[in-house]
Formats: sequence, structure tokens, C-alpha cells
Amino acid sequence: MSGASTNKNNFYTADRKFYLSQIDLTDIVRDLENGYTDSGPTALRSYEEAQRWYDMALRNVGDICANFIWPRAEAVDEKGASFRDGVVEWAPETKENMKVLGAAGYMGGTLPRKYGGLNMPVTVNVAIVEMVSQGDASLMNLFGLQDIAVTVYRFGSEEQKDRVLPGFCSGEVSGSMALTEPEAGSDLQAVTLKAIEKDGQWYLDGVKRFITNGSGDVSLVLARSEEGSKGGRGLSMFLYERYRDSNMIVRRIEHKLGIHGSPTCELQFNMAKAELVGQRKMGLIKYVMSLMNGARLTVSAQALGIAQASFDEAVRYANEREQFGKKIIHFPAVFQMLKKMQAEIETSRLLLYRTSLAVDYYDMYERKEHKGEDVKAPFKEAKVLADFLTPLSKFTLTELANKAAYDAIQIHGGTGYMKDFPVERLYRDARITNIYEGTTQLQVVAAIGTITSGLFFKWMEAVKEIKADELSDAKKELVRHIARFAEVTERMKKVENKDFLDYVAGHLVEVASIIYRQYLFLPVAERHAEKRELFKFFRNESEARIDHLIHQCDLAHRTYGEKISDLKNDLLKKHE
Amino acid sequence: MSKIVVLAKQVPDTSNIRGNAMKEDGTVNRAALPTVFNPEDLNALETALEIKDRTGREVILLTMGPLKAVEIIKQALYMGADAGYLLTDKKFAGSDTWATSYILAEAIKKIGGVDLVVAGRQAIDGDTAQVGPQVAEKLGFDQVTYVTALNEVTDTTVTVERDGEFQTEVIRARFPLLLTVTSAANTPRYPSARQMLRYFKADIKENIPAEERAEYERNGWIIPTLTFADIPGINEAHIGLKGSPTKVNAIRDIAVQGGDLKMYDPRLDGVKALVRDLMKQYVEVQS
Repeated sequence: MSGASTNKNNFYTADRKFYLSQIDLTDIVRDLENGYTDSGPTALRSYEEAQRWYDMALRNVGDICANFIWPRAEAVDEKGASFRDGVVEWAPETKENMKVLGAAGYMGGTLPRKYGGLNMPVTVNVAIVEMVSQGDASLMNLFGLQDIAVTVYRFGSEEQKDRVLPGFCSGEVSGSMALTEPEAGSDLQAVTLKAIEKDGQWYLDGVKRFITNGSGDVSLVLARSEEGSKGGRGLSMFLYERYRDSNMIVRRIEHKLGIHGSPTCELQFNMAKAELVGQRKMGLIKYVMSLMNGARLTVSAQALGIAQASFDEAVRYANEREQFGKKIIHFPAVFQMLKKMQAEIETSRLLLYRTSLAVDYYDMYERKEHKGEDVKAPFKEAKVLADFLTPLSKFTLTELANKAAYDAIQIHGGTGYMKDFPVERLYRDARITNIYEGTTQLQVVAAIGTITSGLFFKWMEAVKEIKADELSDAKKELVRHIARFAEVTERMKKVENKDFLDYVAGHLVEVASIIYRQYLFLPVAERHAEKRELFKFFRNESEARIDHLIHQCDLAHRTYGEKISDLKNDLLKKHE
Repeated sequence: MSKIVVLAKQVPDTSNIRGNAMKEDGTVNRAALPTVFNPEDLNALETALEIKDRTGREVILLTMGPLKAVEIIKQALYMGADAGYLLTDKKFAGSDTWATSYILAEAIKKIGGVDLVVAGRQAIDGDTAQVGPQVAEKLGFDQVTYVTALNEVTDTTVTVERDGEFQTEVIRARFPLLLTVTSAANTPRYPSARQMLRYFKADIKENIPAEERAEYERNGWIIPTLTFADIPGINEAHIGLKGSPTKVNAIRDIAVQGGDLKMYDPRLDGVKALVRDLMKQYVEVQS
């Protein structure tokens, strides 16, 4: 490896560049760069200049990911993070990776430059996270902990920011978000770790479990600050710094199926000194929600990185491996799998970048509001869109990662089951993505409201405004899908037993994902003829899948409807 | 604190040759080849940057070439160099290693305050490994070639490892000094996104619109060029094609064939015989 541009592999591929170029960041960048009014050697003066720099920075990190990180991923997986005498150590290759990414300046992607960050849009940073994850999925869990720094930046005091952020940006400091406990996983309202105030000093006491990189220097800890309270409103957020206090110990690390490079820790706080972040009692309802949304987006990018790696490995193997006298890529059963992967990856990438853009808008209005501008209405609108697209992306991309890794092994055949090829690792690494930061089932819960409230269908009226001369049929078809979807949603809503809607919610969210991706892809394929073949394939697959999902809703409706509990009761007869 | 100068060259990317890399007359078709930072010069730059990390010394990249060679200066800035100079002049064109090292040495004197020069062992286009050592001779600096590791750095000395044929030599050398570095010495760092932001607009003055020059000047985005006229006391007779004792008469493809093994006595007479035989077989002397 070297910093030389002689490396030909680069994860910043023409495809990634293409889909990024479909996202219009004009408003975002103008706001991030203060309307291009700054001067000085690191001030950007136009959107074009910013794009030039983003492009260079993306190419550079694409080089690092393809030529430095990817070749080390196998060793990281094999050695993993280790735990001895209370001390957690990253694998040597993980340390090197973090050092290189830190030195090259990528640890503070979206943080302001005054702390050493790059001040980039979330969308550009998401593309970086995607490439890092393609290089080594477990590295993203450490790299992506920038979300912690972002949370400190948004809600911390000036003094906390000055103390913590520069270290994050340079890569000298790493962090963790200590939220979950043995009895509080998906349900964070059940958190019991105590925060006790004595003479103006806060102390943390209790246990946290499943904490990614809990051994890091800085932890954001969700704790019960209101003694005797129950539920989310008794929780506050605390900043714990290991270099200032030593009363937190790592009890153990977990042995996991995948992402071996990232240590998952159990932490015990013994009256450890900490500082309150932001306002008391806002811990879960405001700060964790913000943190979690950021993390969900990051995990979606991680999933896409794994899916891309799976596809690349599978297509390469299918091009090399010969059976029955020809390369296996020529067998319809094989190229069908590859084509499905490709169509899902490309349409989902557009969804991911569009989601990032929504988050960028949300952040922008938050900054504007902070400056005292009256942006209430657009801020609300941006929030609603980001709050829908974030779970929709995580739902779509993390399931895709699993499917892509599964098929990549299938294409490798028996060899893929062995440790000799990366697909086996990718399969294990993919498995966590649809679990942590909210399972797929919880993403459905987060996304379904926008569909049943009718807001989704209001947004979809925009389809009529899409210019589609070459693809007028596709547009008509999409309008028809939306109408059918609206109709079935209405029917499902009419069932009074609310369990029924929850029962079919997964189907409905999947239909929404397909329709939204068609909605995003249609204008792209209209403008770029080279994407039409892929879009045609995706449309066919979509139509079949939507038929299937709607049919499932209909059958469940017809068979159970109000009596959906019968199904459960039948199960409980034997298993309670 | 004295400055460190890194000598670097932009070269055709010989690891990436496709299609019409050679012209019909047997010379390299530079237009058809992508160009890169000469790989071992990156190791030289990394060595200098490591010394900078430890001592805070200023690192300056010096390269001679066409205007396009400004690209490698920018790359060096992205990696952490503090400044770069582009030596460029029609009068320099056609210089062989002797004339090149003369120009480089004069430019280093012009930059001033330099007591350490670091160069790559050799360039992948010429493979001579001559320029570094000749620069040292012309500056009157001590030199350590084939450096494979950087150990200790003090205010007055540097300790390095050097590749010998059968052993590794550990050498402590005093400044002023020139090192030539091999690819074994280190792993060059990646460019930094922050430095890219700092310097991506940097260019030579000629390429900057007049109305923007003041801003470029203020922000340190102008990469200085050094022409013949900028170097006081440089002797025109010693540079360019005219000043180059090496003349390329013709380039031919030679397929070397293995023949009978011939033994020479490993003493002076034997070596003389070997040189004589080599001259007879492979060297054409033009009168």
C-alpha cells in the first residue's frame, strides 16, 4: 500500500460517484459553508469547489478502503478484539486501520473544522461509511462512533465540546454509546443504571451490556437521574471520560458470530464521575432518539457496504469458476441471482443517499433555527421525511445485506462455506445489521405510521410531476402500484383489532420501500439511458413482489382479520 | 531550524502500461502514459515527514519537469509537506543525470538553509540511481544511499540503516547530509482530506487568473516555479542537452541470451578483463 496513486482498486467506483451525483446538495453545502462568504485557506467559495474537494476526499478514502483496509479484514476477523485483565485491545490491524483513517482526517467527517472535522454533508460521509464497511464491516463500528461526537456537538456544553471533539476528529479518542442493559435492549425505557448527584457532581452506578467499544475513552451513558421514576422521562444523558475517572470497569467482552474487530463490552460503573449532557430528563426522548437515528443511517451504510462486497466477490467468482465446460456466470440460475443483487444494491443506494439528504436537510434547519431563523414549517417537514426514510432505509438495506451475503455464498457453492473466501465472513458480519440499533421489526414500527396516516401517499403525488417521456409506461405502472397500495392499506386499517395491522405492517413497509425506490429511480433512468435495462429488471421484480405482498395481506385479511389473535392462541396452546 | 528538501520526479506509470507506450522511433511515448509520483520518492517524502513529525522541521518538495509536474507537488502537500518548488524551463530540457543534479544542487542553494536532502533511490523510468548521489557531491554533503530504515534523529545527526549485500549497516551521519531511500524504508502515508482542502486549489502562478492572484497569495496557494533566470550563478553550459555528457544515440530492443558461464578472477586484473569484455559486447563508443 501507499499514498501513491498507483493503486488501481478503488471503492469510490463510477457507480457510487454516479448515485452521489444524483443527489442535489446545493442548499446543504451553501449552508455548511456559510453562504460561501468565509475567507482563508480552507474556505470553500462555491458548490463546484466543494464538489471538487469531496470528490478528491472520496477517491482518497476509496483507495484506503480498497488497498489498506480490505486486505486486513481477514486478519481482523480471525484475531478479533481481545480481553485480558480488564483491558480490551483491538486487533493490531484494527489499530492500523484507525490510525490511517485518523491521520488521513476522516474521523470527524461531519464535525465543524474548528474541532478538526471536515464539515461535510451527512450524505458524503455516508458514502465514506459505506466504503469503510465494504473494506471491513467491523471497522465501521469504531469509525461510525463519530455519531457520539456528533451528539456531544449538538447537545453538549461549549466546554464539553472543546474538551472532547478535537480528540475524536484526530482519531486519538474513541467512544461508545452506553445505552442497553441486560433488561433494557430494544426497550430503553427500562434502563436502571443510576445517576446520583452529590454536591454538584454526578456519579453513575450500575451495569451496561452489549456496548460496542465500551472500553473507549469517552462514553455517552443513558442513566436514570430521577430516583424512583419509571419510563423514558426519568432518563438523562451523561458524558463519561475514562481518562478523568477510573471507576468504570470492563467486566467482559462478548464472543460473537461476526464483526469480530469490534469489542462488545459489559461495563460496570461504580460511582463513576460523569457530567450531564444537555438537559436533565431529555436523555431518551431527545438525545438518544437523535443518536439512534444517526446510528441507523450509519448501519444502513454498513449494510450496503457488506452487500457491495458480497456482490463484488460473487460476480468475480462466477466469472472465474468453470463447471460443465463454462464459466458459471453463464448459467441463468447464477446470473439471475447476480442481477437481483445488482438491482437491489443500486436502487437501495439511491434510497440511502436520498435518506442522507433528508437528514442533511433536517440538520440544516436545526442549525438555522439555532441561529434564530424562522424555519419552523420546513424544519418539521424535513424531520417527518427523515424520520420515515431512516427506518425505511435500515429495513431495506440490512435485509438486503443478509440476502446478498447469502446468495454470494450460494454462488461460491461449497467453497463459499469455507473460511477460504471472504463471503463466509461477510455472511456473519451481515447478520447483526438487521438486529442492532433497532431490529427490522422495530423499523417497521417506526415507518408504518407514515403509511397509515396517508402522508406517504400525499408525497407520492409527486410521481405525477416526474418527466417521463422515454419511460411513460413505467410511470403509469408506478401510479397504478401506488393506487393499489393505497387501497390495500385502507382495507387493512379498517380492521379494528390493531394487532392485525401490526401483523401485516412488515408487508406494507416492504411495498413502500419498493415504490419509493421506483419513485427515486424513474427520473434517473429517464435521464440516463444506460440505467434503463437495470430499471426494467427492477420493475419486473417489483411488480411480482408487490403482487405477492398485497396478496399476502389480502389472504391474512380474509382468513383472520379481526380474529388475528386466533393464530397466536393456537401457538400458545402448545408453547406457553 | 534547517529545512529538509525532498527530491522527487513525476514519471510514467510503468506499472500500468497499455497500448502505445513506445513510439515508433523507440522512445517513450509520454503522452500516452499516465504519470505518477516516482514510488521511491514517496518513500523519501515519508522519511522526511517522519523527521518532521519528530522535530517539527519544514519539508520542501523540489521537482524538475514540465508544468504538469505540479501534480506531484500538490500530492506532497496533501501528504503533509510544507511547500514545493517546480523547476521548469526550456533550458533545462534534455538534461541527463549530471546536468539534472547540477540544476537541483543550485536550486537547493537558492532555497537556502537546507542541511538535509532526501531522495528516492532511483526513478522507475531511468533506473540510474545517479541523481541523488551526484547532488550530494555537488553540494558537498555527506551521503548515505540505499537507506532501509530511519532510526534516531537528533539536532545534528540522523541514524539510519543501509542495505549492504550481505549485511545491514547502521550509520549515524552528521548534517549536512543527503539520503537516498528504498521502498523498504517505510510505508508512505495517505494524503489527508484536511490537507486536500487546504491545497486543492494550489497552482503555479501562470495558471491563476490575474484577478485572483492576491487571494491565492494570501492563502498560500501559489506553488513557486524556479526558472533558469531565478537561480543566480547557474552556468548555462552545464545544463540541458548541451550540458549533458550522456548522449542517447539510439534505443534498441536487446534480447539477452544466456551463454556459457565465464569465470573471472575476483582481483583487479579479473575485473579489468570483465569490464573489457562488457565494453566489447554491449558498449558502443562514438568518436
